[in-house]
Amino acid sequence: MVTIDDYVARTEGTCGKEKDVIVIFKYDKKDEVAKRILAKSTLKKWIGGIIFELAFKDYSFRFYGSGKAIFRDLKDKEELNSLLTELLLT
Amino acid sequence: MLNPHKIREDFPILKRKVNGYPLIYFDNAATSQKPKEVIEAIKDFYENHNANVHRAIHTLSQEASELYECAHEEVAKFINARGMEETVFVRGTTEAINLVAYAWALHNLDKNDEVVVSLMEHHSNIVPWETISRINGFKIRYVNVKSDGTLDYQSLENLLSKKTKIVCLSHVSNVTGIVNDIKKVAKLAHEKEALLLVDGAQSVPHIPVDVKELDADFLAFSGHKMLGPTGIGVLYGKKEILEKMEPFQGGGEMIREVSFDTKKERCAIAWNVLPWKFEAGTPNVAGGIGLMAAVRYLKRLGMENVKAHEEALTKYAMSHMQKCCKKVEIYGTKDTSIKCGIIPFGIEGLSSHDVALFLDNYGIMVRSGYHCAQPLHEVFRLNSSARASFYIYNTREEIDRFGEVLREIEQF
Repeated sequence: MVTIDDYVARTEGTCGKEKDVIVIFKYDKKDEVAKRILAKSTLKKWIGGIIFELAFKDYSFRFYGSGKAIFRDLKDKEELNSLLTELLLT
Repeated sequence: MLNPHKIREDFPILKRKVNGYPLIYFDNAATSQKPKEVIEAIKDFYENHNANVHRAIHTLSQEASELYECAHEEVAKFINARGMEETVFVRGTTEAINLVAYAWALHNLDKNDEVVVSLMEHHSNIVPWETISRINGFKIRYVNVKSDGTLDYQSLENLLSKKTKIVCLSHVSNVTGIVNDIKKVAKLAHEKEALLLVDGAQSVPHIPVDVKELDADFLAFSGHKMLGPTGIGVLYGKKEILEKMEPFQGGGEMIREVSFDTKKERCAIAWNVLPWKFEAGTPNVAGGIGLMAAVRYLKRLGMENVKAHEEALTKYAMSHMQKCCKKVEIYGTKDTSIKCGIIPFGIEGLSSHDVALFLDNYGIMVRSGYHCAQPLHEVFRLNSSARASFYIYNTREEIDRFGEVLREIEQF
């Protein structure tokens, strides 16, 4: 069974007041991840294949062509996992 | 002047590509890249001389001990210390500062004393003092930083008193690159009979540092920021102060004798001589040898040349960044004569992490976040910043490319 661990290499939480979570997707899956995420989300702004500002439900986040994404104001890891599950697996 | 194009040939990693683009490494304040000479020195140690030091009389142990001691001497000369007895090898700047906090402050300070620290410090020069103050109750007084990031020397003078026992200050800010006037601070601290601990993590790799001229009582710095390997750093301390201090950790290497007194049913312990008294356990021998190779490399380039190269790059970068991107804001003073090669910046409408990831896409490595200096970001009223930091192998051409990418990011 495919899980989000098949797509995510690692996550980095930022320290301090900004509660950003940076998700680094597996390099060999980055194109598939981009395809899935872009298909599910609404594109708000972008610069030629490098940075995409996206909206999905009540979430706003940025996805990078290098296979990384920044999510903001998530409560905890569970919320991140459920968001990634919706974006990548459903 | 340095020739960075020639220097780059010594750094294998600079040949690699990231995301299909040539690597541009502008995160030197976090750690530097390593020349072949350092990598080879470590390899040669493990391939030809590896043994424990100061423990055996066999040939390999003697060779390893000689190399390790030679590394201490080389580092001592590099900062103009009196000798290896004043250069304790530790894991890095953080451990060096913790050593002073635990082996000096814990034993010598009480609730009537004060420790003076500035608001521009890296967390590693704040947290050890806050930790020990929770144990023995001394007060920590924080020196203000002006809106341009420079130290408020008047605030420092106002805080100093007979209660002050130690002043802990970075030589160069890891966020702004601003160089503090350590000679002036040493004079002020010593007038009150206080000691001065200098965090040299961002100065020793980039500018000439002479501990006698600075008159610092302690100087802490890391090998990995000055071309050396990770896991090795230095605590310089004046011999007379180190001799009076209690050891930091106990174990092998740091003792001369441990004899069991059958009547008292206790062990009588005699400490080893300096610097070994502070190097408990098997030390990072390969790291020390790698650091020696790094120091030799820097000495050959000349620290005045290193400083001049970074100053010229910083001046060029600051003007180029603002020319290329109207939305860029550089934080702190623009006066490059009092700065090392560090530029903290932001781009309107983007978080520092967005900026870092955008640049990463083009193979440009910069740091984002607080850089372990949250109080200084609070002074600047910033949630975070991006930081470009340069070293001997960075070029104007790399800065031109950096500018092009900033121009592109502006469109977002």
